[in-house]
Amino acid sequence: MYVLARRLAFYAVTAYVAVSVNFFLPHMMPGDPVETMIASSAGQLDQRSVAALKAQFGVGTGQSLWAQYWHYWGQLLQGNLGISISKYPSTVAQTIGSALWWTVILVGTATVISFILGTLIGALVGWRRGSMLDNILPVTTFFQAIPYFFLATVLLYLFAEKSHVFPNSDFKSYDTNNYVIGWNPGFVGSAVGHAVLPALTIVLASIAGWIVGMRNMMVTTMDEDYVLVAQAKGLPKSRVIWYAARNAVLPSISSFANALSFVVAGSLLTELVYSYQGIGSLLLNAVQSEDYPLIQGIFLIITFAVLAANLLADTVYVLLDPRTRQEA
Amino acid sequence: MRILRNRKTLAGLILLAVFVFLAVFGPTLAPYPALEIVGNPWEGPSGAHWFGTTQEGYDVWSQFLNGDRAILIISFLSGIIATVLSVVIGVAAGYFGGLADNFLSMLANIFLVLPALPFLIVINSYLPAGGKSSTALMAAIISLTGWAWGARVLRSQTLSLRKRDFVDAAGIIGERSWRIIAFEVVPNLVPVIASSFLFTTLYAMGTYVALTFVGAVDVNTPWSWGSMLFWAQGDQAAASGAWVWFAAPGVAVALLGTSLALLNFGIDEFINPRLKAAGLTRKGLRAAGLHHRQTLGLTPVLRPSAAPVAAQPAEIIEETV
Repeated sequence: MYVLARRLAFYAVTAYVAVSVNFFLPHMMPGDPVETMIASSAGQLDQRSVAALKAQFGVGTGQSLWAQYWHYWGQLLQGNLGISISKYPSTVAQTIGSALWWTVILVGTATVISFILGTLIGALVGWRRGSMLDNILPVTTFFQAIPYFFLATVLLYLFAEKSHVFPNSDFKSYDTNNYVIGWNPGFVGSAVGHAVLPALTIVLASIAGWIVGMRNMMVTTMDEDYVLVAQAKGLPKSRVIWYAARNAVLPSISSFANALSFVVAGSLLTELVYSYQGIGSLLLNAVQSEDYPLIQGIFLIITFAVLAANLLADTVYVLLDPRTRQEA
Repeated sequence: MRILRNRKTLAGLILLAVFVFLAVFGPTLAPYPALEIVGNPWEGPSGAHWFGTTQEGYDVWSQFLNGDRAILIISFLSGIIATVLSVVIGVAAGYFGGLADNFLSMLANIFLVLPALPFLIVINSYLPAGGKSSTALMAAIISLTGWAWGARVLRSQTLSLRKRDFVDAAGIIGERSWRIIAFEVVPNLVPVIASSFLFTTLYAMGTYVALTFVGAVDVNTPWSWGSMLFWAQGDQAAASGAWVWFAAPGVAVALLGTSLALLNFGIDEFINPRLKAAGLTRKGLRAAGLHHRQTLGLTPVLRPSAAPVAAQPAEIIEETV
C-alpha cells in the first residue's frame, strides 16, 4: 500500500521531531532545569537520583550536545524515560504505565461513540436540510465552545454532588477501598460506573464537530449528480441516503487527525476534574510539582498514541475509499 | 454589506461586541480588585456581592468583570500572529510549489498531528516565572501551534487560484512573484483568511483557558476567566455549592467561543452558499402557502409568476444547483 507507506514515513518523521523537540527544549531555555528540580524537591532527592537527573539533562557530564542527543535516543529506545521526581523512586515509564490504560480505554471508547453518533446525526440533519433539525446547529455550536473541563464540572455538580446518581467527590477510576484491579465483577462494575460521567463529558463536548462536519459534507454531496440519478432511478430512500452518506463521511475520517488533538487535550482536562487516575491527572501533578522528566515522558507517550490513532484512521480511509488504492 | 444580512453573523457580531465592551470597561466597572478580601468566605449571592464570594472572601462579580480583558487580548493577538504565519507559509507553499511546498506542507502536517496542549505544557514548564505571566509571549507560543490548520487550507486554495487565467496573465506580462501574490492571489483569499483567523482565535481562547486551568501559566497575572476556573476547581467550588463561581466564567467562555463560531459559520456560508438552508425553509414555504418537500439536489426557488393572479400562490420552480 503506497499511500499507507507514505503516511507511515510521515508519522515516523513526526515522532522523530517530537523526540528531538523534547530533547532540545530544556537546552534552549534560560535557566537550569536540574537546579530548579533539586530546589523544588527540597532535599528529598538522594545523591544517586540527582546524578541520574544530571545525566539525563546532560549537566556537568562534559559531553557534547551531540553525544548527549545520541545518548538520549539510546535510552529512549530501551524504554528508559528517566526517573520521576514527584513519584520517586518510580521511573517515568512505570508511572505512565499504570495510568495509561485508564486513559486509552476511556478516551478511545468515548471518541468512537462520539464519532459514530455525531456522524449519524450529521447525516440525518444534512438530509433533512431546511427542516426543524437545522436548529440543532446553533445548539451544537454552543456545546462545542464549552470547555471540556467546565462541562465536566457541571456534570459532576449535577449528577454526583446534587443527585447521587454517580459516585461523588473523591471521584477515582474505581472504588479503591473495596475492590482490587482484576477480572472480578465488583471491580469491573465500579470501573464502568466511574467512567460513565467522564465519557459522557467527552462525547457531549466533541460530538458537535462531527455533526457539523458531516452535515456540511452531506449537504454538498446531495447536490452531486450521482445522488440525483439514484433518486431519479427510484431507489429506496435509505439506499440513496446510504450512497450520499458513504461519500460524505470521507472528509470526517481524514480530518480525524485535527480533531483528535482537540479531543486529547479536552480529555486530559476532563480527567483532572473527575480526579480520574489517567494520564491527564498525572500531567497536572507533574506540572504542579515541576517534574520535568514526567512531563516530557507524558508528552512523548501522548504523541505516540495520537500517531497510532491517526494511522488507524488512515487505514480505515484506504479501506473505504477505492481512489486511494488506485494510485499505487 | 451582504455578509451582515446573515442572521448567524449578526448574532455573532452582537455577542462579540458585548465581550469587547466587557474587556474595555469591565475592570473600571468592577467594585473591587480581583484578589482582595472584601467579605466572608463562601458568601452566597447578595446585594453587596452579586455573585457571592470565594473561599478566600474575594468578590466573584469583580473577578468576573476583570476576567475578560486578558483572554480577549491573548486570543486575538494569537489569532493575528498565527494568521500572518499561515498566510505567509500557506500561500508561499501553494504558489511556489516544488520542494518548498513539500517542506512547508510537511511542517504544517507535523504541527497538526502533534497534540497541541501537551506540547504547550511542555514548552511552558520550562519558561521562567516572568515568561509565564507575559501576555505577548503567551500569545506567541499559542500561535506556534495554531497556524498549521489555516496554512493547509490556504495552500490548497492558492493551488487552485494559481492555475486561473488572471494569475497566468499577470505572470505573462512580467509581474514579479511577490506582486502577483499580494495583488492577485491574496485578495481572492480574504474570506478564507477571515475564516481561518476566527478559527485560530477561537482555538487560542480555548487553549489559553485550558493552560490557565492546568496551571501551566501564571494563574493570577494576567487575571482571566481561566484563573477563576483554576481557583474554583482547586477550592472545590462545586462541592461547596458556590456554583456561580465556576458557572459564570465557564458560560462566559462558552458564549465568547459561540460568538466567534457563529461569525465563522456566516463566513463559511458566504464562501459556500450551499451550506445555507438553500432557498426556502419549510416554514418559509408554508408562509408562502406552498406545500413542498425538500428534495435532494433540488433547491426550491420562489419566483413571482409572470401573470399575477390573485388566488394563485407564487409559482415554484425547482432548479438543480
